[in-house]
Amino acid sequence: MMYRLRAKFGKTGLASRRISLPAAADLVEACFERGWTDGLPVVPPTEARVLEILDDTPRMPDEIIGLIPPNRVECTIEKIAINAVMAGCLPQYMPVVLAVVEAALIPEFNLHAILATTNAVSPVVMVNGPIARSIGMNAKGNVFGQGNRANASIGRALQLLVRNVGGGLPGEIDRSVFGNPGKYSFCFAEDEEDPRWESYAVEQGYAPDASTVTMFAGDGVTPIIDHMARTPEELCDSYVGCLLATYNRRQVNEVAAFLVVGGEHQKLFHDAGWSKQRLREELDGKLRIPVRDLVPGRSGLGGLTPEERRNPDLMLPKFRTGTLNIIRAGGSAGKYSAIISALGSSGLKPVTKEITP
Amino acid sequence: MKPDQILLDPTAEISAVKRPKIDRPSSLDGLTIGLLDIAKPRGDEFLDRIEELLVERGNRVLRYRKERFSKIASDELKQEIGSACDIVVEALAD
Repeated sequence: MMYRLRAKFGKTGLASRRISLPAAADLVEACFERGWTDGLPVVPPTEARVLEILDDTPRMPDEIIGLIPPNRVECTIEKIAINAVMAGCLPQYMPVVLAVVEAALIPEFNLHAILATTNAVSPVVMVNGPIARSIGMNAKGNVFGQGNRANASIGRALQLLVRNVGGGLPGEIDRSVFGNPGKYSFCFAEDEEDPRWESYAVEQGYAPDASTVTMFAGDGVTPIIDHMARTPEELCDSYVGCLLATYNRRQVNEVAAFLVVGGEHQKLFHDAGWSKQRLREELDGKLRIPVRDLVPGRSGLGGLTPEERRNPDLMLPKFRTGTLNIIRAGGSAGKYSAIISALGSSGLKPVTKEITP
Repeated sequence: MKPDQILLDPTAEISAVKRPKIDRPSSLDGLTIGLLDIAKPRGDEFLDRIEELLVERGNRVLRYRKERFSKIASDELKQEIGSACDIVVEALAD
């Protein structure tokens, strides 16, 4: 009620164009008609809702956060708030949403390329630290699926911002051949419950009590099913077989992956006393492809030095230009892990940003 | 009667500036032609051949290259091409 009164009688301090619609108008349909949605209904961005979502951040609505591609338009906190409302965010999600937008604008993330590429990728958001728990994000069962408001709406807020402020529309600058369902929203929390492995954020140098967002250019989730492995070595063999096939069995350039170790598979490693580093070393030793097996061209021999090309027996790392990152998420019952395949190169890297109030 | 409902505009509130296309030259005679390689592999092979053909015709050819295909061209590069060339050919390959 307070926000509705402020919207009606107070000075809102908001600069966005006010669009007046008849009392009988269907606001959800009005948003569709104006091309503001990703295909699903959005929450109509009324002044009251925007004022409420801005109330939880100390930042001023007119602060410019950066240039949103592809149109490289100056984006204010206010425009982020409007799109966050439309995505379904609650006010307490705003610090995360703002960090997501700031991370997406770090040059190494290359949001423009992620939007414009013919690849299937889109921004994937992973949240670490206490804020993930305090806003109720899901890191457990069905972690990449539906059903959690924070997961669903935070990722969607960025997508709507790119669409509405940046002007990034499919069929125009967005030239993706397939796209992927994550282009509605792909956002989750890492499972940090078991202290025996460090979280991704801690590995990147952040304090265990820091809250962060990590973003990378990912696409689909490929499950790794292994009910039979009883030793870490056996499970690693399964991981290696699946990881080598990422994008193309004969590709070592411009490919990256997030290996998501599920609950029961975590237990197998923990019971055997394997650290995450041990797992990484085991995988790095096996994730190698001989030069003779590579596809000639951009993703294969094109990226090799003349010396490398001359040696068909030379074994090259699968994730030669990108990285293999190991994270934990998912339900506790079932012997599954997963790969989120991703682009990775010198000009396109995962980025992490600390979330501030 | 109920008052109107107000929504806030979620867009950048800009509209694209529409500019007319520059007239195509009626002839290539005497023109300086820039060839911009966007840095996708084998784009250079294509542009090498275009350069050969243009030089045979007596054109002056200047070659340029973007730092990386996935990054937009810098303002400096665009200004350099704009000031030195009459025409630019941009090549995409894979």
